[in-house]
Amino acid sequence: MLTLSTQLNTYLVIGAVLFGFGIFGLVRRPSLIGMLIAVELVLSGASINFMAFNRFLAPDPTVGQIITLFIMAIAAAEAAISLSIVIAVYRNYKSIEVEDLVELKG
Amino acid sequence: MNPSLFSPEGLAGVIFLILICVTMIGAIIATCTKRLIRSVSGLAVCFVGVAGLYYFLSSPFVAMMELLIYVGAVCVTIAFAIMLAEPDEAKMARKLSGLSGGLAAVCGGAVSFALGYAAVNGHWMAPAVQANDGSLKMIGQSLLTKYSMVFELISIVLLVAIIGSVALARAGRRGN
Repeated sequence: MLTLSTQLNTYLVIGAVLFGFGIFGLVRRPSLIGMLIAVELVLSGASINFMAFNRFLAPDPTVGQIITLFIMAIAAAEAAISLSIVIAVYRNYKSIEVEDLVELKG
Repeated sequence: MNPSLFSPEGLAGVIFLILICVTMIGAIIATCTKRLIRSVSGLAVCFVGVAGLYYFLSSPFVAMMELLIYVGAVCVTIAFAIMLAEPDEAKMARKLSGLSGGLAAVCGGAVSFALGYAAVNGHWMAPAVQANDGSLKMIGQSLLTKYSMVFELISIVLLVAIIGSVALARAGRRGN
């Protein structure tokens, strides 16, 4: 039990569980910001997988760390853009619930 | 094989288990609470746990970046967006039917189980030789040589994201 941190499977299962929590939140959340939070969970599950493979299996152990840094940069850009879209949507519809945003050509 | 609880390895194992618990509790808070601001707090807790896991994966640099970027920037940005755009309480209470929750649990559970099953039963082969030790110096060298093009592209993407988010958030403002 105490040697879990030296096994690849532990990290892969943690990544899979985080990914599953992200999908769970993505389906369950009725609001746009809640879905964005769930997407961040999905991205961090993927990052954990990259880091675990990088530590245990990669011939060149810088690749996974660099990919994780790039994932962080993309996630930050995505959060900034989507939050400004959410604020613009809120200004027009007075709501950020997905079910209220059904009108096209607004 | 199994270290005692009070040896350094045993204590590291205990800290690792605590980090797993922090990550999972954070993920549960982030997905299952009703108020969005609590959900963001859970996300921050989850990212602190993930940063600890990165530390155990022998890359403290990425762990520090995780704390700085996710906990320090992304969660704070989401918190500000919630302050600007959270709907009122009465509106939030009408949603969350049981069917949606059950469907979500089935989807998340299936994806998580499939990935975990594939990971545990997979046949992973360790590399024969490692090219370097994956230290911060090697990361910096390969960022500026092998991955310099991607590095520049990421900078442009971030610049475009900054300008685009300012333009988008300004667009519908009245009186301008």
